Amino acid sequence: MANRKLGDARKGDALLVPIVAVLLGFVVGSVVVMITGKSPLVMFNAMLQGLTGLNVARGSFNPRYIGELVIQAMPIILTALCFGFAARTGLFNIGAEGQLMIGSLAATTVALLVKAPAFIHIPLVLVAGMAAGALWGAIPGYLKARFNVHEVVVTIMLNYVALHMNNLLILNVFGSFDKVKTAPFPQSALLKDPWLESITNGSRLNWGFIPVLIAIVVYWFVIEKTTFGYGLRAVGYNKDAAKYAGMKVNRNIVLSMMIAGAFAGLAGAVITTGTFNFGRALSAAEGYGFDGMAVALVGSNQALGILLAGLLFGMLKAAGPLMQSNGIPKEIGGIIQASIVLFVAMKYGLERLIAMLRLRRDKASSLPVTGEEAGV
Amino acid sequence: MAFIIEMLNIVKDFPGIRANDDVTLQVEKGSIHALLGENGAGKSTLMSILFGLYSPDGGSIRIRGETVRISDPNVANELGIGMVHQHFKLVHNFTVTENIILGLEPKKGPVLDIKSAAVKVAELSKLYGLDVDPFAKIEDISVSMQQRVEILKMLYRDAEILIFDEPTAVLTPQEIHELMGIMRRLVEEGKTILLITHKLKEIKAVADTCTVLRRGKLIGTVPVAGTSEASMAEMMVGREVSFSVDKGPSHPGEVVLDIKDLCVKNAKGLLGVKNLSLSVREGEILGLCGIDGNGQTELIQALTGLAPIESGSVTVRGVDITDLPVKQRLDSGLGHIPEDRHRHGLVLDFRLDENMVIHSYGSEPFSRHGILDYGAIRKNAERLIDEFDVRSGRGADTKARSMSGGNQQKAILAREIDRSPIAFVIAQPTRGLDVGAIEYIHKRIVAERDKGKAILLASLELDEILDVSDRIAVIYGGEIVGVVDADKTDENELGLMMSGSVRKAG
Amino acid sequence: MKYRTFFAVLLIAALAFTGCAKEEKAAPVAAKPVFKVGLVTDLGGIDDKSFNQGTWEGVIRFGEENGLVKGTDYKYLQSGAEADYVPNLSTFADEKLDLIVAPGFLFANAMGEVAEKYPQQKLMIIDDSSVQKPNVVCAVFAEHEGSYLVGVATGLKAKADGKKVVGFIGGMQFPLIEKFQAGFEQGVKAVYPEAKILVDYAGDFGAPDKGQALAQKQFNAGAYIIFHAAGGTGNGMIKEAKERSEKGDVRWAIGVDKDQYSDGLYGDKSAVLTSMMKRVDVAAYEVAKMTLAGQFPGGQTLVFSLKNNGVGIPNENPNLSADIVASVNEYAKKIASGELVVSEIPAK
Repeated sequence: MANRKLGDARKGDALLVPIVAVLLGFVVGSVVVMITGKSPLVMFNAMLQGLTGLNVARGSFNPRYIGELVIQAMPIILTALCFGFAARTGLFNIGAEGQLMIGSLAATTVALLVKAPAFIHIPLVLVAGMAAGALWGAIPGYLKARFNVHEVVVTIMLNYVALHMNNLLILNVFGSFDKVKTAPFPQSALLKDPWLESITNGSRLNWGFIPVLIAIVVYWFVIEKTTFGYGLRAVGYNKDAAKYAGMKVNRNIVLSMMIAGAFAGLAGAVITTGTFNFGRALSAAEGYGFDGMAVALVGSNQALGILLAGLLFGMLKAAGPLMQSNGIPKEIGGIIQASIVLFVAMKYGLERLIAMLRLRRDKASSLPVTGEEAGV
Repeated sequence: MAFIIEMLNIVKDFPGIRANDDVTLQVEKGSIHALLGENGAGKSTLMSILFGLYSPDGGSIRIRGETVRISDPNVANELGIGMVHQHFKLVHNFTVTENIILGLEPKKGPVLDIKSAAVKVAELSKLYGLDVDPFAKIEDISVSMQQRVEILKMLYRDAEILIFDEPTAVLTPQEIHELMGIMRRLVEEGKTILLITHKLKEIKAVADTCTVLRRGKLIGTVPVAGTSEASMAEMMVGREVSFSVDKGPSHPGEVVLDIKDLCVKNAKGLLGVKNLSLSVREGEILGLCGIDGNGQTELIQALTGLAPIESGSVTVRGVDITDLPVKQRLDSGLGHIPEDRHRHGLVLDFRLDENMVIHSYGSEPFSRHGILDYGAIRKNAERLIDEFDVRSGRGADTKARSMSGGNQQKAILAREIDRSPIAFVIAQPTRGLDVGAIEYIHKRIVAERDKGKAILLASLELDEILDVSDRIAVIYGGEIVGVVDADKTDENELGLMMSGSVRKAG
Repeated sequence: MKYRTFFAVLLIAALAFTGCAKEEKAAPVAAKPVFKVGLVTDLGGIDDKSFNQGTWEGVIRFGEENGLVKGTDYKYLQSGAEADYVPNLSTFADEKLDLIVAPGFLFANAMGEVAEKYPQQKLMIIDDSSVQKPNVVCAVFAEHEGSYLVGVATGLKAKADGKKVVGFIGGMQFPLIEKFQAGFEQGVKAVYPEAKILVDYAGDFGAPDKGQALAQKQFNAGAYIIFHAAGGTGNGMIKEAKERSEKGDVRWAIGVDKDQYSDGLYGDKSAVLTSMMKRVDVAAYEVAKMTLAGQFPGGQTLVFSLKNNGVGIPNENPNLSADIVASVNEYAKKIASGELVVSEIPAK
C-alpha cells in the first residue's frame, strides 16, 4: 500500500515532468551534436531563430521563421488533439495519419468541385475535411464497440487504405498532367492570405491557425467542461465503472473516435488548402500521425500541454533547415524529439527521481514526515 | 528459547511516508506468531523486507542468531524462508507435482524425473496431514487444496519458516478449521509460522504470540493466551472497538426486490445462476452467503444490469427491470454497491467530487444543457464528505486512487445512500477494510434498513452475514440451497450449506 | 523554486554562448571566391543512389574544381516531407546563396512559389520544365534518346543470343515516362524488327514488390531483357533478373537514371546489362559553371541530350560485347548530329 504513494504527484508536478523531459532531451541533443564535432551553441542558435526569428549570431531578425513555426506546428497540434481525444477515452488511435489523409482528400474534392465565394467555400472545405476524418475514425470506433476489434489493428490498416484511396483518386480522378497532384485550387478555397505572408516576410502562414486555435479550445471545453467529456473520461479511465454508472460506453467509444477523426481531418484540410494549394498523391505516410502521438504524449493529452508541445516540436522542425545549413545533421531534431518522448514515457522513473531528490532535501532540512502528508 | 527470526529496529522509508518506523519483531522457533494490523499498518512492508523484496533503510535482521542481508527472495529461500501468498502462483493446467517442482525439476540424466518427485510430495503430504493428490490437476481441485499445494511447495524446498499472508480470506469456515489443524501440525514438526492477518478470531484460535503494528510503528508484542480480542483490537485501531453490530429487530414490509426463476450465464458461457428465486422486503437485510465463485457475482451483475439475463424476471416494487439498461434500473430505484470498488465503484483517476456524481452528472444541478457545474459538484462532494466522514488528503480535490480503501468505500456508500434507492444491492462492502471502517459501514447499512430500504447483502465474510443480516440465503452452485433466519442459525449450519452438503427450505 | 532557477540559468547560458558564437563565425569569410551553391533534396537524402545523389555529385565536382569549401560554400538541405520544400528553399534564399538547385518535378510548385518571393534568387530545377520564371532555370533530359540507345543494345543482345521477347516496365503512365518507352521501342525495332516488346506500368514508383511481380510476369512470358523506368519499383525487377540468373536461367535488366550495374551484382557478375543514365550531375555542374561565369540562363529550359552528354550509357559496360558498344556509339553519334530523330511518343 505504502509504495503506491511513490507515484503520487504533488500539485505542479504535472508540468514538472515534461519540462524536465524537454531539458533532458536538449541535453541528449547537445551531447550528440558534440559527438559529431559541432558546437551545440549553433544548434541552440538555430532553435532560437526557429522560435523567434532572431539570429543572435548574426544579429538579424526574420519573422518568416515564426510563420514557418506556426505552419509546422498546426497539423501536429491537430493530430495530437486527435490522438489525445481518443486517449482520454482509453483508445489508442494510431489512425490520425489516415484520418488526416481522408480529410485532405475530402477537402481537395470540395475545393475543386464546389464553386462558391470564399466565406462559404473555406468553411465548406474545412467541414468536409472534418466530416471525412470523423467518418474514417468512426470505422475503428464502431468495430471496437460492436465486435471488440482492437482499434490499433484497425487504425493501422485503415492508414494504408487511406493512403491508397487518396492516391487512387488523385491519380485517376483529379490528376493533372503529371498525375501526382491536382490542378491548383481556386483562390476561394484557400486559407492562404498575402497579408499574413507579408507580415511574416513571405512565410506560408495562413488563416489555418484560427481553426486550430478553435480546435484547441473546443477540445478543452468538451473534455473538461461538458457532461459528454465527463462520460468520455470516465470510460477512458475505467470502462467498467462507467458501465456500472449506467453510461453508454459503446456509444461514447464511437463518438470519441469520430471527434478524434474530425481533428485529424481538419489537419488534412488545413495542410491541403493552407500549406499547399493542390491535392497530392503521396508516396508514403508523412508522419503527421506519429508526430501527433508524440506531441500528445509530451502534452499529457491536455489542451494547453498539446499546444505547447506542438509549438516545441514545430520549433524543432522549423529549426531543421537552419541546423542543417550550419552543418548539424537533420537527424538531431529527430533525436531530440525522440528523447523527449522517451523521457516523458519514463514519467514514472522521473517522478521517482524527483521524489527521491525531494526526500533527500526534506531529510536534509530534517523535517519529519507526518502521517497527514502521507495521505493516510 | 531462542529466536529464529529477529528483525531489529527496522526502518523503511518510501517517498512521503515511513512505512516501518523502528519496528522490532522477534519470533520463537516452533511457534505461530501473528502479525496484526490494519491495512497500511506496514505488515506487508515488513514481510517484504524479510522475504528480500525490499531492503530496509535501517535496522538489522538475524536468522537463527546470525546477522544476514536478504537482498532478494532467493537468499530468503536459502535461509529457509517460504511465503504462501494471498494470490496463489500456480499453473492451472499442470498437476500438483509439476507445480511443486517448477524451478527445481529433478532429473534422471536429461529426462525429467516426475516419479521420484511425486513420491516425495506424497510423503510430505502424509507427514503434515495435507491429503493432497500429487497427480491431480490444479484446475480440478478446490481452493483450499490449491492453498495446500502452495504450502507443499514451501515444504518441498525445505522451508523452516513459513509466512502465511491472509490465508483464510478464500476459505469456508470448515476449511479454515482444517487449515488451522495443518498449521498446528507444521509447528509440531518443528516449523515456525508467521501469520499475517487482521482477523482477531483466527489469531485467538491458533497463534501463540501476536505483534501489533499501527501506522508503521510497533505497538506491542503480546502472548495471545493472556490477551482478549478486544484489547488486541484496541491495540490495532488505537481506540475501543465494538464488535457486535448494534441493531434492533427488523420490521419487514412488502416485497420490494423480487427475483423469479433467474438464469444467468457466467464467463465460461455456462449457467452461473440457475432458476434462482429470492425476494427482499422493505426494511430487511437479506444476507447472501456462499463460497466465492458459486454464482454471487453473476447474480449481482444480472440484477444491476452489468450482465445479461438469460431467463426469469427481476422487479423492483412491481416495475419489471429485467431488460432495462443500467441507467433505467437505477432510475427505477435500484441502488448498487459493487463488490469490486476499484473496478466498478470508482474511477480511480477522477477526483473525489467527480466520483460523487458518476450517476447524476447529467442532471441538474450538476450540469445544465450538457455543461458541468463544478461549483455544484464540489458542494455536493463536500456535503457528503462531511456527512459520511470520508477522510482524504485534499478533500473533494483528492484523486480517488490516493485514498485508503476504507475511505474509498465510505465514498461509494455515501454516493449510493444519497441517491436514496428503494432496493439496495450491496456486495462485499467491507472486503479488505479495517475494523474501524467495517464498524461504520455496518452501522450505515443497518440505518438504511431502518429507513425502510430493502437490502440484499452479499458477502464472503460469514461474520458479517451473521452480524448484519435479518435473513440469510445460502447460494451453492448457482442455486439457493436454503434461506434461514439469522438469529436461528450458526456458522456451522451455514458452512455445511455453503459446501452443498445440506439443503434447507426457508 | 529550485527547478525554475535551473531552467532560467540554462536559458541565460544558452543566450550568452550564442553571443560568443558570433565572433567565431566572422573569421574565415575573407579568402575564397564568393560563390555559394545549395542543394535541396527531396525525401531521399544525398545517398539515395539516384537523383539527389547524382545532383550532389555534380555540385561537389563544381565545388572542388573552384576551390569551394564543403558545408559553407556548397551544402545541402534534406527534406523530411513535401511541406519542407518551401521552407528549405527559403532558408537558402535567406542566406542569399548564388544558386539553389532542386532535383525532381515534385519541386515544381515549391520552386515557383519561392521564385516569386525571392525574385533576386537564382534557382534551378532538374527534370521539370513547368516553372516559367525569369530567375529559374529548368533542366530536362532527352530520355527518349538515351532510351533509344539502350533499346539498340537490347535488340542486338537479344538477337545475338537468339531470343525474341524483351520488356519495358514503367512506374506510372504519363508523358514523361512514356518518353522512355518510346525511345526504347524505336531502338529495339531499329536493330531487331522481329522482336516482341512487352510493356507494363506498375502505377507506383516506390513498390519493389510490384516491380518484381511484373518482372516475373514478363520473364515468364519469355522476356530476355527488361528495361525499367520505375525508380524503386524497378529495383524489384532487377532483383528478379538477378535471382533467375543466379539459378542459371540468364535474364537481363537495364537500369535507369544512373549506372545500376552494382545493383545487379551476384557473385562477380551483374544481371544489369547496361543503364540509361540521366546525367543530373552534368546538368547541375554545367548550370553552376554558367552561373559562376555570370551567364545564368534564367527563364530558360535547358535540354540535356546526347549532344551535350546529358544522357547516355555508362562508360564501362562489362556485359556488352565490344561490337554492341560500337553500334550503340554509332547510333549515339547519329542522334547527336541530328541525322536520326527519335520520337517522344510511343507508337500505338
